[in-house]
Amino acid sequence: MSGLLSLTTFAPIVGVAVILAARAFNGASEKTDTLAKWIALVTTLVTFGLSILLTVQFDPKNPGFQFVEDFAWFAGIHYRMGVDGISVLFVLLTAFLLPICIVASWKSVEKRVVEYLIAFLVLETLVIGVFCALDLILFYLFFEFGLVPMFLIIGIWGGKRRVYAAYKFFLYTLLGSVLMLAAILAMISISGTSSIPVLMTFKFAPWLQTWLWLAFFASFAVKMPMWPVHTWLPDAHVEAPTAGSVILAGILLKMGGYGFMRFSLPMFPNASELFQPLVFAMSAIAIVYTSLVAFRQTDIKKLIAYSSVAHMGFVTMGIFSGNAAGEQGALFQMLSHGVISGALFLCVGVVYDRMHTREIAFYGGLTNRMPHYAFVFLLFTMGNVGLPGTSGFVGEILTMTGVYKASTWTAIVSATGVILSAMYALTLYRRVMFGEITNPELKTITDLDAREILLFVPLIAMTLILGVYPNLVFNLTATSVDALVGAWRAAVGG
Amino acid sequence: MTFSANFSLVLPEIVLAIAALVLLVAGAFRGKVGAIFTLAAVASLVAAAATAVLGPHGHAFGGVYAADAAATYAKVAIYLSSAIAVVLGDRWLAQRGDQKFEYAVLVVLAALGMGVTASAGDLISLYVGVELQSLALYVLAAMRRDDAKSSEAGLKYFVLGALSSGLLLYGSSLIYGFTGSTHFSQIALAAAHGGSHGVGLLFGLVFLICGLAFKVSAAPFHMWTPDVYEGAPTPVVGFFAAAPKLAAMMMFARVLGDAFPGSVDQWRQILVIAALLSVFVGAFAGLAQTNLKRLWAYSSIANVGYALLGVAAGGEVGLHSMLVFMVLYMVDVTGFFACLQALNRDGRPMETIEDMAGLIKERPGIALAMTAFSLSALGLPPFSGFWSKYYVFKAALGTGDVMLQWAAVLGLVGSVVAAFYYLRLIKSMWFDAPAGSVDAPSPSARAVGYAAAFFSFPIVLVALVWLDPAAKAAAAAFGHA
Repeated sequence: MSGLLSLTTFAPIVGVAVILAARAFNGASEKTDTLAKWIALVTTLVTFGLSILLTVQFDPKNPGFQFVEDFAWFAGIHYRMGVDGISVLFVLLTAFLLPICIVASWKSVEKRVVEYLIAFLVLETLVIGVFCALDLILFYLFFEFGLVPMFLIIGIWGGKRRVYAAYKFFLYTLLGSVLMLAAILAMISISGTSSIPVLMTFKFAPWLQTWLWLAFFASFAVKMPMWPVHTWLPDAHVEAPTAGSVILAGILLKMGGYGFMRFSLPMFPNASELFQPLVFAMSAIAIVYTSLVAFRQTDIKKLIAYSSVAHMGFVTMGIFSGNAAGEQGALFQMLSHGVISGALFLCVGVVYDRMHTREIAFYGGLTNRMPHYAFVFLLFTMGNVGLPGTSGFVGEILTMTGVYKASTWTAIVSATGVILSAMYALTLYRRVMFGEITNPELKTITDLDAREILLFVPLIAMTLILGVYPNLVFNLTATSVDALVGAWRAAVGG
Repeated sequence: MTFSANFSLVLPEIVLAIAALVLLVAGAFRGKVGAIFTLAAVASLVAAAATAVLGPHGHAFGGVYAADAAATYAKVAIYLSSAIAVVLGDRWLAQRGDQKFEYAVLVVLAALGMGVTASAGDLISLYVGVELQSLALYVLAAMRRDDAKSSEAGLKYFVLGALSSGLLLYGSSLIYGFTGSTHFSQIALAAAHGGSHGVGLLFGLVFLICGLAFKVSAAPFHMWTPDVYEGAPTPVVGFFAAAPKLAAMMMFARVLGDAFPGSVDQWRQILVIAALLSVFVGAFAGLAQTNLKRLWAYSSIANVGYALLGVAAGGEVGLHSMLVFMVLYMVDVTGFFACLQALNRDGRPMETIEDMAGLIKERPGIALAMTAFSLSALGLPPFSGFWSKYYVFKAALGTGDVMLQWAAVLGLVGSVVAAFYYLRLIKSMWFDAPAGSVDAPSPSARAVGYAAAFFSFPIVLVALVWLDPAAKAAAAAFGHA
């Protein structure tokens, strides 16, 4: 079915229009807010349905782009959309997480509800657009405009230092992206096309690849984020509302990894090989260093944010390992981290909504009063650690296998990250959940309600299903990953 | 060509000249401004734009005056933007009980001057156009005679403008002295042959560029801009920032594209330095501003820097990028000042960033429009500001000149610095608590603001489909003087 991609991408915008119409019709009232929430939920669920339809119709045997739509625009720019096995996965992840974000904000967001929902729906369109765009300029449009809704989400609905965090998020990312824009313009000038499929086979001179790779790296490394440009992430996470954190960790960070796989590796293969040691070193440092930093945090959200940086370290090194195991592992790790870290941020949101603090020291002994919560939190903590049987395990073991082939030392150093992650994650769990309740304020805390349980069920299911049967993902991505790795091998002559 | 045939080529300017004189006489005798008076001024500007589109192309009066695709492109933008300025300024003055018939006359005269510069094929006609335009603008800046800041703005503009005209004239005389002609095509011929007059000619060119840099307010000749913008009446500033900027960039294009197309390597260095200085002065000095009019003055300096990067790229591609840039920028800046003009609190204009606190709750429509202009100025896709930068930087990066390529990358980095102050405005409007109620905006200013915001996004995505080829055709017209 042609047009399915555009339909999936822009379905949330239709929801925005309906919400605006509802407000124009009803006026600003509490009733409108509730109505808007339902509209947003239905919209995101429809989008999720469309993305499932997309995945079902997707032919995993075909390594090329599918569902391609192509219209000439102006000055050689095309509106060109399409997905391959790599991007279809991210479309699915985005559409999966968005309804959860909406439900998660059902009660915790009280002011300017309509604007909040609009920001999320617009963000969904932009993120799906990023993963589907097959024209450099179109990609940049989606990629860059995504900053605005996130800036507003952090800045309006965030915590105490929200303005500082919003600025930091925006300016860090913008600096990275303008360098990428320079590279994009140079690529268009040199190759004469902005078509991503064409550029994936276009051979840039090796010296030029170096510069272009660095420019793209500046953008994606910030987005990822990689050590040492990760410092915006903890601030953004701490200040963002819960659903904002979920979408940030779950989806926005993945745009960096996707960028590496879509641009850096196929378009600048020689440079990717040249900078492989740099990426490995940065990833290994990220894994060890940010794990240690996470261990020292007193704020639950900040701890999880640092753990995200560590987990993204596995992703970057897997991507640049240049073999199928590493790539598959990186993809899987991104998917699994999207689910697990999203769930962990939701877990933080659960206690934050009740107590309005994220200080680890404030809590303790929650198992006594919140048995369901204790189970859910434990499951995702284990997933974060990478316990076999959860999806976290598959991603880590595969990336390390892949990286081991490329650089033994990197694999060995990063393996310590698995131990370190167990250290900080389990310590967090012990301090928050176990022991007796010593803080009198916690004596009346309530367990998960029906809405929250409903929220966690799909996430738990995903974590376990993917952990037990990862082939669900690999079947989808294998052909595209093989094509990617094959092209890279051919280009660097390895 | 018969002598009378020349007149069909300058018809747009004849329309404007007659209109200006008739309006002047009518105003002087009747003394007060009615709707018909303003409407007549607008109609004459629209008529001039229409004649420019429909009229024949060619060179009039022995090449002194060029009516080509480039002139048409610039004139349509200039005349329409002037027409909007007439309406906005008239409403603004009326609101203050200070309506003056001179206002519309002066805008029409300025538009006439700008039209002449856009068509200039000769140093003399260029200079006449510049002076006609500038003299009208000086008076416009000082329009509010009893306001000390407005008078100060007019005086500053006049003194520094006169200095720049002096530079322009001095450069022109050197060029004439060394080439023996004031005609662009003759100068191009003489410059191409180089020879003994090379250095002298270069000196003339440098002076000429300095004079023009004053007019576009490119660093390091930008000092007058913030003071003039702050002091002059808001709608007049909106006019200053739009049409005269395009006219001045057209002068650059005429001089460099028609008279010195072969000396790219010489003038490119000057332009790149001026462009980079402008971008960074605009970005860093803007950080310290709290008054929005001053802030947008620095923003305009930075934007001129980008446009100059496009000109520096040279050739058809570079001028094409500059022409697209300027028109997109004009729409944005007109819309921004229209919004600013619409915002008053208890009868006092709201001009500082703090005044805008919580505007999204008080006036959501205007706040959204101003957000769009800020994001556009920031260069964020898909707003028009992104597309204007897209053209300019693509041209600069595509030249193959390493210096220009690095300048482009630095320029992009400079845009990140400037992002901070645009974000500050957005932050103030969206994140802060409202600072008090806002008076009902005037319908005309609000309409212009909304229309420009809609142009900025999403109309621009469609408009570029025809703007792009129009600018391309215009750029192709240079170098055939």
